[in-house]
Amino acid sequence: MELVKKYKTAICLILALAFFVACPFGLPVYWTMILTEILIMGLLAMSFNLLFGYTGLLSFGQAGFFGVGAYATALFLSTGSTSLMLGLAAALVAGAITAAVIGFLCVRRDEIYFAMITLGFGMMLYTVAHNWFDLTGGSDGLPVMNVPPLNVLGRQFSLFDPAVMYFFVLSVVAVCIFFLLRVVRSPFGLMLTAIRENKQRLSFVGAGVQNLRLTAFVIAGAIAGTAGGLFCLFNAMATPDILHWGFSSRPVLMTVLGGSGIFFGPMFGAAIFFGLEQLITDLTENWMIFLGLILIPVVIFFPRGILGSLIHWIRTRTKRTS
Amino acid sequence: MESFVINLLNGLSWGMLLFLISLGLTTVFGVLGVLNFAHGSFFMLGAYLCMQVMHIIPSFWLGILLGPLSVALLGVLIERVLLRRTYGRDISFQLLLTFAILLILDDAVRIIWGPGYHVVEPPVLLSGGFTLFTRTYPVYRLFIVVAGPLIGLSLWAFFQFSRWGKIIRAAAMDREMAEGIGIRVPLLFTAVFALGSWLAAMGGALAAPHQSLAPSMGERIIIESFIVVVSGGMGSFPGAFFGALILGLFESFGTVFLGSAQMAVPYILLAAVLLIRPHGFFGREV
Repeated sequence: MELVKKYKTAICLILALAFFVACPFGLPVYWTMILTEILIMGLLAMSFNLLFGYTGLLSFGQAGFFGVGAYATALFLSTGSTSLMLGLAAALVAGAITAAVIGFLCVRRDEIYFAMITLGFGMMLYTVAHNWFDLTGGSDGLPVMNVPPLNVLGRQFSLFDPAVMYFFVLSVVAVCIFFLLRVVRSPFGLMLTAIRENKQRLSFVGAGVQNLRLTAFVIAGAIAGTAGGLFCLFNAMATPDILHWGFSSRPVLMTVLGGSGIFFGPMFGAAIFFGLEQLITDLTENWMIFLGLILIPVVIFFPRGILGSLIHWIRTRTKRTS
Repeated sequence: MESFVINLLNGLSWGMLLFLISLGLTTVFGVLGVLNFAHGSFFMLGAYLCMQVMHIIPSFWLGILLGPLSVALLGVLIERVLLRRTYGRDISFQLLLTFAILLILDDAVRIIWGPGYHVVEPPVLLSGGFTLFTRTYPVYRLFIVVAGPLIGLSLWAFFQFSRWGKIIRAAAMDREMAEGIGIRVPLLFTAVFALGSWLAAMGGALAAPHQSLAPSMGERIIIESFIVVVSGGMGSFPGAFFGALILGLFESFGTVFLGSAQMAVPYILLAAVLLIRPHGFFGREV
């Protein structure tokens, strides 16, 4: 029992990974694709939660970096390059650089100002993608004509096979999540939590709050950019609507739905989100209105989110019995 | 000279609309401490409701009276039923809540009135144009240039001199103290939120004959009014006025000198303010 407690996270992670690896073998192709999208959007939501749940910064522009990553991959692959990994690296670097420039301005303010400013700059990126026709193809988007195949041990797999796409996305997402887990458990991650709790106190003991925030912002931007690159490969296309604030609301909603205080909350929220979307888009096209209608009761009655409330409930129960 | 005057008037009329929106945003924040993300949607709703009233009774003045009034009533409802439950919690919950309202209202407008454009004719009194040098310029824009500061000034006088205005300022400064001396703060909050919604909707109704109505009209104005209040200083009257004026003029003259790069102007302004004076021109906080 002690052993289980000690390696709790590792055991959970291995179980989760085993589950995700097994999924495409037991599911129809359509659901494999949905699962791929859940992983990508979940990663975006987790990048958002590094800022919101850990650092206490509510960013409404995360879709901007996601979109920048998607366009970076699309532009890189349209030059004729056949390297998948370099395409993704382009997304990561583009996301990080954009986040560094915008973050440099944003981290000067916090709370509501941060939300307003990130929303503004996020929409600036949208405006650029939407109007700079020569670079981005305007509202038509930028298609990726030839998605390069995946090379594993000298064998080539086409990403047009949903199962191959799924495993490719799963491995990239797993690496990113592992990295994020290392980040939030590091001394640096604890400093971020300290910023959320009391930034004044932290600056009194000599920490550079702005630099810490900027670093968190750049990490979140790089992860969001990577997720965007994956999204571009998944759709074989980058479109401007993924930079719009309507899209930025998705990671926000997923995080709030799942629970912002929990590392895997956003991923859980993403799964619920897509489940709901499947149900609702069968009924109506106007999906945003339902997002709003779901968000209101969650904010008012379940501020911990669904997974958060669940875990909280289990913890209080076990405490009572022991 | 001619194009200078025309750009000046264009900039002033857009700036005054921005001023009305930012005023509502800044007042609600100053008193309730809530940043209303749905403020742009109230602006849009004001314009659409004004149009709807004019479909039934073709009078612009009735539309501009009833449209904003119904949005103010909606504001009362939202504050009473939803927003009230989140006071005292972390500020991000209020942001998320108003963001949810934004999503609902934007889609609701799209469902009710369709995604296309609508046009509202200005009233007979203010329609047509007058000759400015060699060109004709719409009278209605001049009306906005005059109406904006008038509404702003009367609101300022209300806050500065009237008994109610003083009560509101007292509650904004110290909520507990105000409650201690017998001010009914919850009621006051509802009233102020309604006032903010009314201001946004009034801006929308005034903008209706000035621009075409579309479900995305709230989007541009809310982002620009965020920029206005961040650069002017949140909660500051003169900040909202000068911020709106500067942004309106920059944008109008930007079209002349920058062409299509004009769309970057608001963001450049925001970046500049954040670099030079992160708390805004009139911001006071530490």
